[in-house]
Amino acid sequence: MSGGAPCWQDILPGTVTLGESSRVVETGLWRSLRPILDVEKCVSCLKCWVQCPDMSIQTGEGGAVQGIDMFFCKGCGICAAVCPTGAISIRPESDFQDEADASSGGASPGKVGELVGQL
Amino acid sequence: MGVVNVRELTGKSNPLAEGHRMCPGCGAPTALRQAFMGMDSPVVVVGATGCLEVSTTVYPYSSWRAPFLHVAFENAGAAVSGVVAAHRAMSRKKLFREEIKFVAFGGDGGTYDIGFQSLSGALERGHDFTYICYNNQGYMNTGAQRSGATPRSANTTTSPAGILAPGKLQRAKNLTEIAAAHNIPYVAQTTLHDPLDLIRKVRRAVETPGPAFVNILVPCALFWKINPADQVKICRLAADSKFWPIYEVVNGERVVSYTPKKPVPVEDFLRAQGRYAHLFAGGGVRRDLIDQAQADVDAEWENLTQNRRSS
Ligand code: SF4
Ligand code: SF4
Repeated sequence: MSGGAPCWQDILPGTVTLGESSRVVETGLWRSLRPILDVEKCVSCLKCWVQCPDMSIQTGEGGAVQGIDMFFCKGCGICAAVCPTGAISIRPESDFQDEADASSGGASPGKVGELVGQL
Repeated sequence: MGVVNVRELTGKSNPLAEGHRMCPGCGAPTALRQAFMGMDSPVVVVGATGCLEVSTTVYPYSSWRAPFLHVAFENAGAAVSGVVAAHRAMSRKKLFREEIKFVAFGGDGGTYDIGFQSLSGALERGHDFTYICYNNQGYMNTGAQRSGATPRSANTTTSPAGILAPGKLQRAKNLTEIAAAHNIPYVAQTTLHDPLDLIRKVRRAVETPGPAFVNILVPCALFWKINPADQVKICRLAADSKFWPIYEVVNGERVVSYTPKKPVPVEDFLRAQGRYAHLFAGGGVRRDLIDQAQADVDAEWENLTQNRRSS
């Protein structure tokens, strides 16, 4: 290679990717809409839990719904659409811009080596 | 088979982990995630090239908690055959005592088309595994090219709707029936309209000795041109319009597992998706093609309820 970014020939052969290592990837950064859970209205029927493509509905003892994992939630809105009690509402992510600016210390998909090292 | 209790399932770890890079609201991870919910034994997963394979194995990450093997686009069937055979040989030598289940998955491209020969061979040889097709009716990973699973009239980048043609001209092949024609013990078809149906069918598939095939219709929000939040609604329309009959073939017997209480015309299913927008555009409703779609659906349902092989 003649300077610049490394090429595929420069990658060492025989790498190992660890199981479930994608859990350090903050897919929540993609979100343009945000689901908001109203625990008062939720009856823990788990319809949202079973249909979420990103395993982002958090449950506790006995399958009680506790919250939504904003680290992974991509804001598709399926949970709100299937909820029979209207316990989940959808708001534009821009409503939360201040919060996002303040907390940019979280994991981001770019921080590869650092994060894999923590697994 | 037992009743599926979703509450109990929340405590179980799932072989598919968070942080995968599938699009927001994609049906494929939901289908596989629900499929794994019904399994109690450890599982080895083999994936054909496709959206789910690339998005769960983006270097240097993996979204798999289970052992995962990917070889190529065309050979998930052959790859899983080898894994099953190796496990049998090692079990015979007492190197393994644990019961392990084997699941191969592919999209419709890797299953209906490119991986078909290796799948057919694996079904015919009778290995003990379950093949799950997450069928979004096109090559969505590469930008919505038509596949053998794309239905008639759907707009794709290689069957574009325009002046010369109203989307794809041919009918989708019926791979569920083709799998059943291998005389394997269990074949099923479902979608995301009812998670309990999906979980129960996959559980039955993995518990059935010998090969089993489960064909799951999953929306691709991007190329079906739907709002991702409408995924479950679209799946219900697919089931309620009988566009995608919910049934299983148990030892050659076709059993309908969901008969819509309030059937809807297939037009409702088509109208809900942008990939059929040209059928309804600009006042020039293509009544002929909508009627054709309804006739196809009715004929297939008739065959199914008479336990005849569908065309
Ligand atoms: S918006 Fe989508 S990804 Fe987020 S919790 Fe709801 S269903 Fe899951
Ligand atoms: S679907 Fe609604 S009521 Fe049911 S568990 Fe989810 S938030 Fe609660």
